[in-house]
Amino acid sequence: MKPLSHLQIDFMGRRKFAYIVSAVMLIASIAAIIILKLNFGLDFTGGTLIEVRYGAAPSLDAIRVLLEESGFQDVSVQTFGASTEVLIRLQQAFDADVGGEVVNLLRSSGDSVNLVRSEFVGSQVGDQLRDQSGLGLLVALGVVMVYVAFRFQYKFAIGALLALMHDVIIVVGVFALFQLDFDLTVLAAILAVIGYSLNDTIVVYDRVRESIRTSRIDDMPQIFNEAINATLSRTLATSGTTLLVLLALLLLGGDMIENFAIALLVGIVVGTFSSIYIAAALLLPLKLSREDLIPTKKELDEEEEELP
Amino acid sequence: MLNRYPLWKYLLILVVLVVGLIYSLPNLFPEDPAIQISSAQGDSLDERQIERVETALIENDIDVKALEKENGQWLIRLRHDDDQLNARDIAADLLGNDATVALNLAEATPEWLQAFSASPMTLGLDLRGGVHFLLEVDMDAALTQRLEVNASAMRELLRGERIRYRNTEVEERSLSIDFASAEDRDTARSLISRDFPDFEYSSEGDGRASSLVMTLSDQSVNEIQDYAINQNLTTLRNRVNELGVAEPMVQRQGPNQIVVELPGIQDTVAAKRIVGATANLEFRLEARPDTPENETETLTFRNEPARTAELMRDVIITGDSVSSASNSFDENGRPQVNIDLDGTGGTLMNRATRTNIGRNMAVLFIEHKSEDTVVTDPETGEETIEREPYVERGLISLATIQSALGNSFRITGLDSPTEAAELALLLRSGSLAAPIYFVQERTIGPSLGAENIERGLLSVQIGLLLVVLFMLVRYKVFGVFANIALALNLTLLVAVMSMLGATLTLPGIAGIVLTLGMAVDANVLIFERIREELRNGMSVQQAIQAGYERAFTSIVDANITTLLVAVILFSIGTGPVKGFAVTLSIGILTSLFTALMVTRAMVNLVYGSKPVKKLWI
Repeated sequence: MKPLSHLQIDFMGRRKFAYIVSAVMLIASIAAIIILKLNFGLDFTGGTLIEVRYGAAPSLDAIRVLLEESGFQDVSVQTFGASTEVLIRLQQAFDADVGGEVVNLLRSSGDSVNLVRSEFVGSQVGDQLRDQSGLGLLVALGVVMVYVAFRFQYKFAIGALLALMHDVIIVVGVFALFQLDFDLTVLAAILAVIGYSLNDTIVVYDRVRESIRTSRIDDMPQIFNEAINATLSRTLATSGTTLLVLLALLLLGGDMIENFAIALLVGIVVGTFSSIYIAAALLLPLKLSREDLIPTKKELDEEEEELP
Repeated sequence: MLNRYPLWKYLLILVVLVVGLIYSLPNLFPEDPAIQISSAQGDSLDERQIERVETALIENDIDVKALEKENGQWLIRLRHDDDQLNARDIAADLLGNDATVALNLAEATPEWLQAFSASPMTLGLDLRGGVHFLLEVDMDAALTQRLEVNASAMRELLRGERIRYRNTEVEERSLSIDFASAEDRDTARSLISRDFPDFEYSSEGDGRASSLVMTLSDQSVNEIQDYAINQNLTTLRNRVNELGVAEPMVQRQGPNQIVVELPGIQDTVAAKRIVGATANLEFRLEARPDTPENETETLTFRNEPARTAELMRDVIITGDSVSSASNSFDENGRPQVNIDLDGTGGTLMNRATRTNIGRNMAVLFIEHKSEDTVVTDPETGEETIEREPYVERGLISLATIQSALGNSFRITGLDSPTEAAELALLLRSGSLAAPIYFVQERTIGPSLGAENIERGLLSVQIGLLLVVLFMLVRYKVFGVFANIALALNLTLLVAVMSMLGATLTLPGIAGIVLTLGMAVDANVLIFERIREELRNGMSVQQAIQAGYERAFTSIVDANITTLLVAVILFSIGTGPVKGFAVTLSIGILTSLFTALMVTRAMVNLVYGSKPVKKLWI
């Protein structure tokens, strides 16, 4: 019995095309990451710290704009102790001249500015973060695979893992390709993408499992289509609300959240796509069959449906 | 009857919500930027002077929110963060030497909420700024400490090979050992140089005056110093950001300094104690009466300076081998610290205690401190501060080894529960590879401009509004349920974050709203399922029941998988990754509670156990 109001899109029929799209995006992403490399932000690279003293309290926004217009990247400007003392952090490899350069620039607008000190500052995150978090991610993926294999079946676990890697690589690839600033907020966004993508994949899987158990036909692509179509309105609603939030953040939020929003925007679009075409569609070449999901002894009532 | 909840479920929901409300409410009363004025002489200030300050502030377009007098001190609360520094400068100029003017964040939480020890989340360095500490790492001490460790290992090596040595001496960059004969020295040299390639060796003297001098090469000095800085950075990060939600900034500055910035700190004394503490532990055996004197050391007890004990020079393990530590109380209500050792530490401890049952083992509490003295140059009259570092060592316990110790044990003999808690935190977060000293302490303004903050907050509000509208349009009455659940979800999330002492940054706020955008997923799943079952011809009550029931496995599977990732990231990750995992886990748990239980309760209250013909969904 098919729900009348449901669209019936033949998702699986177009899976070859989707594979090609995925492959192209993956190759482009990996190439971008290897050739162009990630453009790490101040959080990761460290840079130069400059302390200056003004004659009279300056406007911090004006200093920010001035420095950014002069080509300095990732500028942070803060008052330091008194309203006339300003601490500036720049993502600029430290050399002895940077301090003088910045002071000259600030003097050009007519203020009296003195350099108190200029010094190199290290990254805000240590090697420990990279090593530990990388390890954490690997362990997390391993445990998730075991859980999915236990709750569903190992073929599902493989699909979920590939979908997850697909999403992360493409989001990171976009940041490498367009040389966007990769800082700690982007890292948080990528972790959020992992959560979202996994969530989406499991919801689709759950419906696939249910459809396989209850469906009377044996044509797997057809069963997959039914399952995906049944979750389609949910998928659109959830990614819809999330995308609404992200669009608001991207368009109105300003510099600080811009990259955060871009990472998630890309991640959610790709994550939704991969739940269907990577996580689910890959179950076909993995030769998922009804026997994989229906234990032979338990759930006798469902076994009846297997009879031709 | 379908769709009815037993009373206890309603009560449970009510209790959780009330608790959530209490602990999230303080965030509606953010701390006020304020300046604190106290008299320099200690007497109370003239009210007219305060009035003059107020007039001056108003003349300079600074909005004054309130004037308060407390314990002879005046607190001027301001409306805008930007004005704080300016206001302090104005007040300080006006009052001159009569008064001390300091920045302050004045708590605005009503007293009845403070009674529940509820407090608001701290605003991050990007939104409000905080306090900036500049610390200097004592590089000389880093070298000496490393040399001491090497000397101890060399002594053990020589003893193992039965080579007799007389004296070991540690100097700035070198280490020397005296031997009774040149042959001993030469054998020792070939033995030691095999294990310690970082040194440059030279043999000095002859016969009974022969000694071996080992000097660190420039390269290994650099390596040791780099290691010391990096180790200290890691340790400080762990100390100030245990859960990963405190959003501090810890970075290296120049060759031997470290910057620590903490958001929204008012009690800089407490912060300095944790940041600058260099406490460590050493476990040593008590000397036997026949132990040669050059292998022992006499130390006093921390609580009873008159009592002393003779200890072995060799250290069994130090606090560096501790893998985790927590504080609690022993049977007699005295504070204690429970310690778990890492693998190597456990083996060393076991080996040392197994063969020494019946002897006493001492726990030594070591603190690096420094004393500043102002020195005036007799020629130029310039004043410079000279820092004299010194080390305080004191025994905190001396107990008989009853049986071989393993990986975990406890130590007592601490002064107070606070000291136990701080020692546990310090042991957990790792030890400092070299002592550190405070060089500078300043307040620091927000790193984001006012315009950026405003835009960020506006975008977040609009994002939230869009989600609410979307749910209303799509699910009508059920959309109202979902939106109420969303509001409660936000309340609970904020309540838990406040209880954990989390810091709110702009990306953090964006993350919370994003969590809410994603949290509607559970409700969307349920509502879509109800619609589907209605289309399939089920009755209203059956459809509601089936919708919740069938969506349940999807929701639980999806959320448990994500929760697994979060829990693992929390246990392995560090710093911001850990913080993200905390927020994610809380978000999952609160949204599961509100989406499953709270909306169901509302649906049951409105539609349950009565004839309903049509659902507005």
